[in-house]
Parts: sequence; structure tokens; C-alpha cells
Amino acid sequence: MSDSGDSDITWTFYKDRPEWSDVTPVPENDGPKPVVVIAHSEKFEDVYDYFRAILQTNEKSERALHLTKDAVDLNPANYTVWQYRRDLLQALGTDLRSELDYVEAVIKQSPKNYQVWHHRRVLVEWLQDSDLELELTRDALLQDPKNYHAWQHRQWVIKTFGLFEKEMEFVDNLITEDVRNNSAWNQRYFVMNNHLGWSDINVQKEIRYTLEKINFVKNNESAWNYLRGVLLHDAKGLSGNTEVTSFCEELYSNKCRSPYLLAFLIDICDEAIKKGEINSLYNAEKALNLCQALATKYDKIRSKYWNFIAEKFRKYQSN
Amino acid sequence: MAFTKNDVKLSGDVPKTLLLQKHSDYLASYGLNKDDFEYCMTEHLRMSGIYWTLTAMELMNQSSRMPKEEIIEFITSCQDNESGGISASIGHDPHILYTLSAVQVLAMYDRLDAIDIEGVVRFVTSMQQEDGDKWGEVDTRFSFCAVMTLSLLQQLDAINVTKAVHFVLSCMNFDGGFGSRPGSESHAGLIYCCVGTLSICKRMEALHADELAWWLCERQLPSGGLNGRPEKLPDLCYSWWVMSSLSMLNRIHWVDKDNLEKFILACQDAETGGFSDRPGNITDPFHTLFGLAGLSLLGNTSIKHVNPTYCMPQETIDRLKLEPQKLHI
Repeated sequence: MSDSGDSDITWTFYKDRPEWSDVTPVPENDGPKPVVVIAHSEKFEDVYDYFRAILQTNEKSERALHLTKDAVDLNPANYTVWQYRRDLLQALGTDLRSELDYVEAVIKQSPKNYQVWHHRRVLVEWLQDSDLELELTRDALLQDPKNYHAWQHRQWVIKTFGLFEKEMEFVDNLITEDVRNNSAWNQRYFVMNNHLGWSDINVQKEIRYTLEKINFVKNNESAWNYLRGVLLHDAKGLSGNTEVTSFCEELYSNKCRSPYLLAFLIDICDEAIKKGEINSLYNAEKALNLCQALATKYDKIRSKYWNFIAEKFRKYQSN
Repeated sequence: MAFTKNDVKLSGDVPKTLLLQKHSDYLASYGLNKDDFEYCMTEHLRMSGIYWTLTAMELMNQSSRMPKEEIIEFITSCQDNESGGISASIGHDPHILYTLSAVQVLAMYDRLDAIDIEGVVRFVTSMQQEDGDKWGEVDTRFSFCAVMTLSLLQQLDAINVTKAVHFVLSCMNFDGGFGSRPGSESHAGLIYCCVGTLSICKRMEALHADELAWWLCERQLPSGGLNGRPEKLPDLCYSWWVMSSLSMLNRIHWVDKDNLEKFILACQDAETGGFSDRPGNITDPFHTLFGLAGLSLLGNTSIKHVNPTYCMPQETIDRLKLEPQKLHI
């Protein structure tokens, strides 16, 4: 796409193009006195002087469409250029399929830019065709598995066009690739919540899956958070699922001291106390010991938080 | 550390004291040094650039070094008569982000009379009716921009506050955090937008405060810095987004303040002035504001008190008689 890049020696300034000789360029207006002087390259100034000119005269032409391409190339974050380009596409009846190809190329250059992804979404809405979107976002996520814009676009497409079918497979692959990828775990929840549903069988299946992943990498915030999320849908709560509690106990007795494990055990205690399970192993004393271990040894940076939680359990004890 | 994480190591020669004069000089000359602009003072987001710079200067009590009258005139010329919205720069399309920045700047200058307030209210409310704005970027950032803009203009009643609150709450995730849209991943910057919206609308009770605050505390890494999502690198701007959220939740004391302060100070550039995202990187006004505002929340007394909801000096918020909600613990 960068046939107009700064390094390209064949570049001709708009002011030197005969087909633009009828247009008077409009330099940037900073108001009465410039607040800040913006330093731009000569090329940037040239392109944007002509862009402002067509904007002023509201010119709807092929050459204007081409000009917006050069303007985007120099600054893909300029939302006014994109908006004008969409006005042009509509006015000229341009083939939107080729526009999809074009914006895909821009996304590959600037994958973290609001405007490009929004442009893509509008095109998909206009065409009512989502055929290319899963592949496009997959490619973007291969580059950067945590790209927020790509995930947002993917969720929108999946929800709008009902493309849930193969999404769990996609999520599985990402988690296998990087078990700490929080975005992938979030997407897993998205698929469960919006598509597969939280039937008891599904809940137990998800619990087993997550425990397996925790067993693989124990100190993984994302997996532990997901486990809590799944257990929100378990009628037995956080403390009532014996598969989960024995898993935690086993980790603990195997000397695992991940702060996430200890924090989880504390929450099991909290729930057991609130349920009034007096004879439970999960009591205030156990929670206090865990809080102390976290505050003084395993999660010192959050010691103030653990001391606060300990205070809560001391109140339980004295009641 | 026993566990591998994405983090940075602070070397021995990073700045350890606050270099206020350097930052003031850096921001004052920002409009003059041609090489520095590319990052954030470019035309398409200039209005926000002015907000970052002026707020940082205000917090350092140095705003007299900014060209006040020119800035006000510039803002007046960026308002679009037809829609009432304000653009990033003259000749651009109006946008809610820059409308907010403009209103924040004028509020600090006590010069809201310089724009057509009714026009701004018309612009902001028209977006809620369309369930999004012209660019369709329906997300919690824009809800926050809308309620903050209107509240600064004492016009919060102009929109359906219940609907805005409802949308924000629909973005709450299973981990207690918030994303940009329902189902989107929790992200500290968007949590700030959501908590801020609830703070302005006085609906903070709807939050799961302990759970959310714990998630926010988990953002602190061994270097002392904060990241915005699990397994991401620390970035100075999260010192603002995480800490301001914790401050509204009244749980700021849960983080390790000393180590965070060390990280923030290490992000200063002792030669050029200004703060960067991580120690040793190039500085910019955006991170300079959030570095200073973060230090203010940590209680640094050589910086003015910052309001955690508005990211503006507390004295401005007091003058406007605004009382954004803060939770009691």
C-alpha cells in the first residue's frame, strides 16, 4: 500500500500534478495565532493542503478518493479523512469489495488504530457479509494475540452474524499456544456465556479443562480468574465442588504456594463461614494463616490488601 | 521472583527525585521544539494534547507559562456551529473525545463562556439517542466522555443517566473488571472510564468493590509499576488509571505505594524532562500528565491535589461545586 512512502523517489507533489491544477490548496488554519507549531514533512503538508481543499468544496470525485488514500497513508488515525472517504464511497458507488481489500492492507500496517477497524465494521455492515472477518481477525491475533481492537471486532462479528460454531476450537488453540493469554480466556467465557450456555454438564467440563491448565502452569492469573468465573454458574458455589477443593488441597500439599491458589483457598473459607459450615476445615483460622503467609512471604507487594482481608476474618472469629 | 512475568528491571541510574522544573520547561517548550511533536501534538488530536499539557502545568502550578488567550481562541474556532461538537483541530470533524478535552481546558481556565454550551449539550445528547456517535465507536470510553462533559457543564440531566449507567454495568466481567463493550476483556483504562462514570452518576454501590479492587491491585508487578491487563508490561499511564480507580473505590492503600513511586520517578528523563511509558523510553505530554497525576494521588505534596474522577486539579472541581462519588470503606 505504501506506493507513496517518503522513500519513494517517484512521488509527485499534488501541487505539481496537472490534473490538480484547478484546485487551490488550503494550508492548515491554527486559528488567529498558532498555539503550537506543527512540524510536518513537505509531503504531509502538500497532501493535507489538498485534502482540506476538497473538504471545503465538498468535492466528490475519483481523484478525491485517491487523495484520501494518500492522506490515510500519512496518518491512518485522522478520523476526518476516514469519514470523508466513507462519504465518497457512498457518493461514487465504489465497489466495496475492493475497499475491503484496501482496509485489510491498512489494518495490517496499523493494527492498533480505532479508525481502521471502525471503517472495516462499517463496510461489513453495508455489505452484510462477514465471510472474511474471522480470517482477518485471526491473522491480526496471530501477530498480536492481545490486540484489543481485533478481539472487539471479532466479538462483534460473531455476535452479529452468529458465527460461534468454530470459535471454541480457535480459543483452544490460542490457550494451548499460550496458557497465560488472558484475552483467549476472556473469549472462552464469551463463547460459553453467549453460545454454549452454563448447563451443569458444561460447567463441570469447563472446571475440568481449567484445572488441567492450572496443573500445567500453576501461577496463572487468567486461569484462576476463569475458574472463579465458571464457579459463579455452579449451584454448589466456590466451596461446594469437591473436585475443585481436592485439587486445591493436593496442590497445596505438593508445596505449591502460588498467590492465586492461596487466595482461592481464602475465598473458599470465606464462603464456608458465610454458609455457616461450622465444622468445615475451611475456617477463619485457616484463612488468617493464609493471609499472613501471603502478606509476609508469597505476595509481599500486596501485603496491605492481605492485612485488610485478615482483619475481616478476625471479625468473624470474634463474632 | 519465583515466577516469570512480563516486567522491567529498574537500573541503578534512574531518576529518584521529582524533577519539577525540568517537566515544566519540557512542556513549555513543547510547542517550539519541532522534533518532539510527532507523537501526540499532531493535528488530529491536538485538543487532547492541549488538555494533557495544561493539566500537567496546572498540577505543577506553572500554567502561566501556557498561552491562555490563544488556547481559548483556538477552542472557540474548533466548535462546529451546526452540530455543536468540538473537533481536535480547526477544520476537523467534531468528536466527543475532543469535546471533552476542550470543556476540561475551559473549565480549568474558568472560561466556559468561550463556547456555545447549549451546542455542546445538543451534540452530546444527540449521540446517546443514536446509541453511539457518528463514528459508531459505541464503548464505555464514550459513555464516560459524555457524562464527564455534561457534568462539567452542570447539565448531566440532559441525558438518560440510568441508561448510561445500565450500559456501563452491562460491561462488567466475571473477574469484576470492565471492558469496552459487553463481553470485552477487562482493561484498567476502561475500568477507569466505567468507575468514573459511576462516580459522576453517583452509582458506585453497583460495583463489586473488593473484587474489582483486588483485580486492580493484581496489576502491580515486582518492579513496582502497574500493567493494564494480566501478563502485559507495566506502563506509566496505568499508574493513573489503576490508582484513580482505586482512589474512587477508596482502596488506594492496597498497593505498594513506595515501589510504585520509585517506578514513576524512574520514568522521568533527567535530560529532556517529561515522563515516558517505561524507564529509558522517549517522553511525551500524555505520560507526563499521568506521571504527575499518579504522584499526586500517592500524596506528593509538591504537586497540586488531583481529582481522581476528572483528572483535573481538585481546586477546579471544588470551584465548580462538583462532588463525584467516592466509596466509603
